[in-house]
Amino acid sequence: MATVVMTSLDSRSRAASRGLSDIKIRNLFIIPTILFLIVFNIFPLIYSLGYSFTDFRASSNAPANFVGLQNYRELLNDPFIWANFAITAKYVIVSVTGQVVVGFGTAMLLNRAIPFKGLITTLLLLPMMLSMAVVGLFWKLLYDPSFGIINYALGLGTFEWLANPDMALYAVAITDIWMWSPFVMLLSLAGLSAVPRHLYEAAAIDRAGPFYTFFRITLPLVAPILMIAIIFRTMEAFKTFDLAYILTSQPTTEVISIRLYKMAFQEWQTGRSCALAYIVLIMVLAITNIYVKYLNRVKER
Amino acid sequence: MRKTVAGLMTGIGFMFACGTSAQSQELTIFWAEWDPANYLQELVNEYEAETGVTITVETTPWADFQTKAFTEFNAKGSAYDMVVGDSQWIGAASEAGHYVDLTEFFNKHKLKEVMAPATVKYYAEYPANSGKYWSIPAEGDAVGWSYRKDWFEDPKEMEAFKAKYGYDLAPPKDWKQLRDIAEFFHRPDQKRYGIAIYTDNSYDGLVMGVENAIFSFGGELGDYSTYKVDSIINSEKNVKALETYRELYGFTPPGWAKSFFVENNQAITENLAAMSMNYFAFFPALVNEASNPNAKVTGFFANPAGPDGDQYAALGGQGISIVSYSQNKEEAMKFLEWFIKDETQKRWAELGGYTASAKVLESEEFQNATPYNKAFYETMFRVKDFWATPEYAELLIQMNQRIYPYVTAGQGTAKEALDALAEDWNATFKKYGRH
Repeated sequence: MATVVMTSLDSRSRAASRGLSDIKIRNLFIIPTILFLIVFNIFPLIYSLGYSFTDFRASSNAPANFVGLQNYRELLNDPFIWANFAITAKYVIVSVTGQVVVGFGTAMLLNRAIPFKGLITTLLLLPMMLSMAVVGLFWKLLYDPSFGIINYALGLGTFEWLANPDMALYAVAITDIWMWSPFVMLLSLAGLSAVPRHLYEAAAIDRAGPFYTFFRITLPLVAPILMIAIIFRTMEAFKTFDLAYILTSQPTTEVISIRLYKMAFQEWQTGRSCALAYIVLIMVLAITNIYVKYLNRVKER
Repeated sequence: MRKTVAGLMTGIGFMFACGTSAQSQELTIFWAEWDPANYLQELVNEYEAETGVTITVETTPWADFQTKAFTEFNAKGSAYDMVVGDSQWIGAASEAGHYVDLTEFFNKHKLKEVMAPATVKYYAEYPANSGKYWSIPAEGDAVGWSYRKDWFEDPKEMEAFKAKYGYDLAPPKDWKQLRDIAEFFHRPDQKRYGIAIYTDNSYDGLVMGVENAIFSFGGELGDYSTYKVDSIINSEKNVKALETYRELYGFTPPGWAKSFFVENNQAITENLAAMSMNYFAFFPALVNEASNPNAKVTGFFANPAGPDGDQYAALGGQGISIVSYSQNKEEAMKFLEWFIKDETQKRWAELGGYTASAKVLESEEFQNATPYNKAFYETMFRVKDFWATPEYAELLIQMNQRIYPYVTAGQGTAKEALDALAEDWNATFKKYGRH
């Protein structure tokens, strides 16, 4: 496989005249990246796995004691942690579903000959180019019950988006949907434009209705690329921190990463927070794996 | 050749000499980003004029002040020579060896008598009553109240209030009056609300607010020397205090579920509330017409008494400590010697800093300098603080987790919240072997 991908170095090229071979050039490019990954990703990953079995606290000089599985046992028995996971799951479902519906819908609308299509698409992409913190601060003002423009526009009076514990999580999800739907839209648009025209023409000749065309032609052909968008968004939503942290401090919006942050950098329970980070990592891996399996099945069809 | 080498060596030697001397002439103090830090910068500029030592006050927003400071401490970094750290850090920072022991300095200068007793107890000494000191009280602070004099002194309002409650409308003397006045001014249809209180649960905002009620109702958070919390944190008095706090939440402006000092000052500047809880450190902004259009009609009062006449307030404020990993400890010591002088403390108060020096606090000059200095002086002699044990952050988060849903959403009862908190705290103390 690798030999097919790798082309040979042209013997007349300048690199070749300097005595560089394909392998040397490849190593030159890859080794720094691998080193970087090992130093900044792999090493901390393994190191923190070790810490997750200890009672280590970075804030003290006390030596780390090995405590076995105690951190994991206590975390998985902590009702607050379970509440955090439940909140995260709810958030992921609401936010990703919203993004797919809005993003895919917008892509469908844009996938036709309309004037200024390029300009409109670019403008629609703006939200995802902003910084999360900036979006959070803006939406905090938009949601404000006393002077926020959302209540004014919708005529909701002093409806408390962020102070209402039942509403706050949805408010955060709405902001996330606003911000990341363009990402789903962009990928869907790429998928939609790749659907061969003649399939639609054939469907039209057979007098297929719009729903039939959508569910039998459009959706199956866009599905693989849509799945990729969903995988990315799910992973990101699972790790959400900034938006929820900035917008509100309701216990009903304390997603798992906020709890993790507090445990690691406010309480300085380094060992235990490593364990929690591992639990989160395993969950994200598991979910992603399910998606990838599904993606492969979709692609085979 | 020999000449060249000799020349080089001299050059290198000279460079080193310059390097070290330049370093010892510079000090960095780390603090949170707020007005007092600017006043401190002005103060240390005068130190530079006197001694030639440049001091920079480096700041970071409150929300990550703790995280940034402890990240630097844990990495044994020498970026900061001194830190003006929060009062509850002292246990964590002293036990881990981040702060230099200042006991000798403290005793030599008899600071126990020079500074107000509460500031010595909460900013400097750890463990409680041990006679070991880790910082010099720098910025005294506590929670007080601001109110709208024009609303309170409106004859129509006064008449209506008297008719409804049977006593005169004036700054509240106890928490019952505080509640009545909040209820009286709470008129959502006019976009006017009764009261602004702390509700932010991301650091110590909400807890400070509730402490004001608990301490004045005669309650305590626990026994700080024996770590006993059962029937102290969940005592009858504390339950009453928490219920009152929850009641006050009903008279706050809409969406008041993540408010701390910024929002509470806005409540006054934006005509939202009749009364607002805040640290004294934020009051200079309220008497300044540039930052408060209602500056002329803003008044101040100390935290009112509870039902049994107890009157305490939650302590804010910070002491200044020398960081163990600093490379300029001696120079920092010299600065502290200058800082504790009576003239410096007086100048510190003039610039807007809240001195902890008892002599300055007691002076007529200080008490008449601003509309709130008298309330500050009264408050500073009756303040109480949160736990200062190294695991205070866990205790704080547990308290937030238990009381926030009750205060802001009315989930469960005050008794249930505090009983659960007592259990959490017991478990934490057990984990660290405190019992």
